[in-house]
Amino acid sequence: MILQQVSSPHLHAARSTEEIMLRVLLALLPGIITMAHFFGSGVFTNLVVACVAAVLCESICLRLRKRPVLIYLKDYSAVVTAVLLALALPPYSPWWLITIGALAAIGLAKHVFGGLGSNPFNPAMVGYVVLLISFPVQMTQWTAPSTLAANPTAWDSLLAMVGSEAYDAVTMATPLDLIRQNNGLMMSALWQHYPQFGRFSGVGWEWINLAFLAGGVWLVQQRIFTWHAPVGMLAALGLMSALFYDGGSSASGGSPLFHWLSGATMLGAFFIITDPVSGATSNLGRLIFGALVGLLVYCIRVWGSYPDAVAFAVLLMNFAAPFIDYYTQPKPYGHKPPDADK
Amino acid sequence: MQSDFKELTVKGLWSNNPALVQLLGLCPLLAVTTNVANALGLGLATLFVLVVSNVAVSLVRGLVSNAIRLPVFVLIIASAVTCTELLMQAYTFELYEILGIFLPLITTNCAILGRAEAFASKHAVIPAAYDGLMMGLGFALVLVALGAMRELLGTGILFADMQLLFGAQAETWRWVVFDDYQPFLLAVLPPGAFIFTGLLIALKNRLDQHFASNKIARAPIEAGSKRARVTGVIR
Repeated sequence: MILQQVSSPHLHAARSTEEIMLRVLLALLPGIITMAHFFGSGVFTNLVVACVAAVLCESICLRLRKRPVLIYLKDYSAVVTAVLLALALPPYSPWWLITIGALAAIGLAKHVFGGLGSNPFNPAMVGYVVLLISFPVQMTQWTAPSTLAANPTAWDSLLAMVGSEAYDAVTMATPLDLIRQNNGLMMSALWQHYPQFGRFSGVGWEWINLAFLAGGVWLVQQRIFTWHAPVGMLAALGLMSALFYDGGSSASGGSPLFHWLSGATMLGAFFIITDPVSGATSNLGRLIFGALVGLLVYCIRVWGSYPDAVAFAVLLMNFAAPFIDYYTQPKPYGHKPPDADK
Repeated sequence: MQSDFKELTVKGLWSNNPALVQLLGLCPLLAVTTNVANALGLGLATLFVLVVSNVAVSLVRGLVSNAIRLPVFVLIIASAVTCTELLMQAYTFELYEILGIFLPLITTNCAILGRAEAFASKHAVIPAAYDGLMMGLGFALVLVALGAMRELLGTGILFADMQLLFGAQAETWRWVVFDDYQPFLLAVLPPGAFIFTGLLIALKNRLDQHFASNKIARAPIEAGSKRARVTGVIR
């Protein structure tokens, strides 16, 4: 098999990268505000530190690669990567954690491979995975939602950012953690026992996911990306959970609604796997790419050893994107399929 | 003769370094360099095997016919590895246990067979031994550099467990570089090995570029040499 190199840009619209990135940032706003409502000002300190670190790292890398710094900084791609990374990290993370993540995302995953448009892996997810396997303790502590425990004040979030020991946030296991750790209970017992569960999934998480869904749908309507990848992922995730969910026991992994509205599902479906660089290129390819991401997310969430799975699933499928592209290459109008003359 | 040895030194340690340029023997390079002690242990073992096998191959080079040379080389290398293994089992048993399968695997290290085939089978004993020494040193140095980077970032400590190699008095060599350090686990995990090897190779290439551009800048302009005609500014 000969893999064909598909060079960027994959977008054929007459839009500039800058405009697309700004719209993506705008679409992330509802999700960010909802997250800040439930987890407090730590979300904003994460965002600020990540953006500063990413922009600094991007400028240094561009300088080292002898590219014009300002022109490339103005496409906002580093900021989008930083925002996605910051949203994936637990709120109130210390600055060094976020900075290492941003360095891995921008330096290692993006510029080592040749900058925007040449990276085979999603930079934000590389940064997240580097942090998750390096610092499992810090990365698996999520702050309790504001409806269950008082959120730290803005001053406390600054203290947490500089890594002060004096401050200790109230952390709770996330609903995905709880489902994975308890496999001998009925769902209703789980729901009664732990206050973290809300109407469909976790308190807060359901609203955060709905907010990201709203932003994502707006981007589809704006034709920033097509519906194929998100629909593929959500359909596969829903299908898998519907197949394995028996309606009551926690060993069967939760209902489709629970999986759709838990963890990073919507952020992943609309903002991560729709990355035009590291994903599949054709519409059919995107559908397959998204569906396989959804399948992997379900498998890792339910049978794997990590609580959430979007980052691993996306990175694994990034490996497979050229392969998917090879078999889903669209046929130009009027041409024969490649092996018709055999 | 003198210049030959000098060239062998430069090649083994830098310009044809088995780990950074030939990219041979990556399996032990990536697997055991989690700390300096392991890296140094395996580096010394490889160095020893490389010298012994190069000498032996050079000695038998007139006797072995071309058709069966590779099996003979492999047999020689395997015997040298077995000797090393028994020696390490006798004197540094704990390190022998830690290095495990990677000691017998030195047999299949392409760097060693590569030197036997490319150099020792075509040269006299003394240059062959010297080539083995320099290639082995180059390999061991990269192993130790990588081991130090990964140990420092992954645990915040340097030279831990050196007593496995140098006896009880080496226990005090353990140097806690950063107190209260958050271990960067990626550095000691397999992906860290690939990333840091890549960074080392990048650093070497960058230094080579730097030296090359310095050389051009310092090259004297000889009278009477032909020059291209240039328009515009010469930087």
